[in-house]
Amino acid sequence: MNAFVDPAGMAGHSGMTKGEVLLRVDNVSLAFGGVKAITNISFDIVKGEVRAIIGPNGAGKTSMLNVINGFYHPQEGTITWRGKVRRKMKPYEAASNGIARTFQNVALFKGMTTLDNIMTGRGLKMHKNFLWQCLHWGPALREENEHRRKVEEIIDFLEIQAIRKTPVGRLPYGLQKRVELARALAMEPELLLLDEPMAGMNLEEKEDMSRFILDVNQQFGTTIALIEHDMGVVMDLSDRVVVLDYGRKIADGPPEEVQSNQDVIDAYLGVPHEN
Amino acid sequence: MSFLVETILSGLMAGVMYSLVALGFVLIFKASGIFNFAQGVMCLFAALTFAGIIEKTSLPWPIAFMLTVGVMVAVAWAVERFVLRHLVNQEPIILFMATIGLAYVLEGIGDIVWGSDVKVLDIGLPSGASDFMLDQFNIYIEKLEVFAALIAAVLVGFLAIFFQKTRIGRALRAVADDHQAALSVGISLQTIWVIVWSVAGFVALVAGTLWGTKSGVQFSLSLIALKALPVLILGGFTSIPGAIVGGLIIGVGEKLAEIYVGPMVGGAIENWFAYMLALAFLLVRPQGLFGERIIERV
Repeated sequence: MNAFVDPAGMAGHSGMTKGEVLLRVDNVSLAFGGVKAITNISFDIVKGEVRAIIGPNGAGKTSMLNVINGFYHPQEGTITWRGKVRRKMKPYEAASNGIARTFQNVALFKGMTTLDNIMTGRGLKMHKNFLWQCLHWGPALREENEHRRKVEEIIDFLEIQAIRKTPVGRLPYGLQKRVELARALAMEPELLLLDEPMAGMNLEEKEDMSRFILDVNQQFGTTIALIEHDMGVVMDLSDRVVVLDYGRKIADGPPEEVQSNQDVIDAYLGVPHEN
Repeated sequence: MSFLVETILSGLMAGVMYSLVALGFVLIFKASGIFNFAQGVMCLFAALTFAGIIEKTSLPWPIAFMLTVGVMVAVAWAVERFVLRHLVNQEPIILFMATIGLAYVLEGIGDIVWGSDVKVLDIGLPSGASDFMLDQFNIYIEKLEVFAALIAAVLVGFLAIFFQKTRIGRALRAVADDHQAALSVGISLQTIWVIVWSVAGFVALVAGTLWGTKSGVQFSLSLIALKALPVLILGGFTSIPGAIVGGLIIGVGEKLAEIYVGPMVGGAIENWFAYMLALAFLLVRPQGLFGERIIERV
């Protein structure tokens, strides 16, 4: 299970060390016409942490992720990635910058097998000329096999060997979520964005998923930003939590602190958790 | 006996020609979920450009062929830039309507640039009857049709490997399935669309060249696209082997029907037999012989 250990390739490709600010969002505002999705939000994500983004439905959490990975361009504010202010980029460029993500509503290639789905995550790392690939021979075959090995390691890691050749459209929801995570991991990202990785899962599946997320974070040093509604999960997994409500930031800090914050209780939690 | 064999063979060969046109449809449908109504016109446009370049410049045909490939790539680029890019995330029916418009635009451009008279496309492809088959088995087969079958086999082999084994092929299938997810793994939709329309343009050029050699480059060529429809319904819209098998079945089916059923109903059923067959097929197996039957959990 632990075959997938490649700290050099996985964690260190920007040369940043743990604790440095990997991504910073400054005074970002995003509006769709007259609807303000995000208003003047600032926070940062440091290398190696698990950062949770929580808040009621419609608070702007997914919009925030979409801003981070370049799907949306905020009207105001700046995003600093690895210490450099990021210019307006095309949506597909996030991947080559080391940002991978999963989606709230599972965005997989449904007609393709689990294996092929995960292989698409390796696409950016394959460079051999496509004529070679067509011949399926020589350097291209070697390259394909190399990536295939990597993918098999991820498959082992996430324990999805049995569904390797199954078209993902036929898989149950919990497994689809896991394949989606596998595809994101195949990109060996520096920052992994998870949009409600446990939505719709039962308790056991949630526990599995939590374990995988922690393993990814600890073994590979991958920085993770996740949106989640299950407060138990958020408290267990995350190092720091940012709370959004109606597109504004209402709290930011370690889980225990956020949990006892009166604004957060009023806006989202409802009643204080009793531990 | 040899008459039956001859009928079947000539049906198979005609079928290959349908398959070549159908292939272009499958490519674009498989990679972008768009039913490209303009595929037939692309065959016409490619053949017209090819014949036009040879006629106007008297360049040797391989150079003219390469130039035409360049033109088809330019068309692919323009289609992406001016049509598809603005219709990202729209319903398939809207994209379909756009391709109808595209068909008329391409046809108009072809007419303006190269004129509307029938052109002869003679690049020295084999023609006439195959003497070998005539002498040995007393069967009449056009050499051109045998050649077309070989070309189709090569194209299909190439495309199958392209789609299944290469990184770009995987990316093409990924884009067809989910735009957002494709973007998230670093696939540029724009690049993929240009590639797939270029490949479809290339296939259109090959099909157009063979049809043009057979019956002259004329505007009715765009109508053979209609024959590709029943082929696709039979073979499945997403399957490359399906396009071939569907073409063969339609080709053989309509020849056999014409000869053995035709006299009973007054003849001339070759023209509509394919459509009846497709209709019957739709009732039984709507995804086609080889189409992906997506079983989804809901």
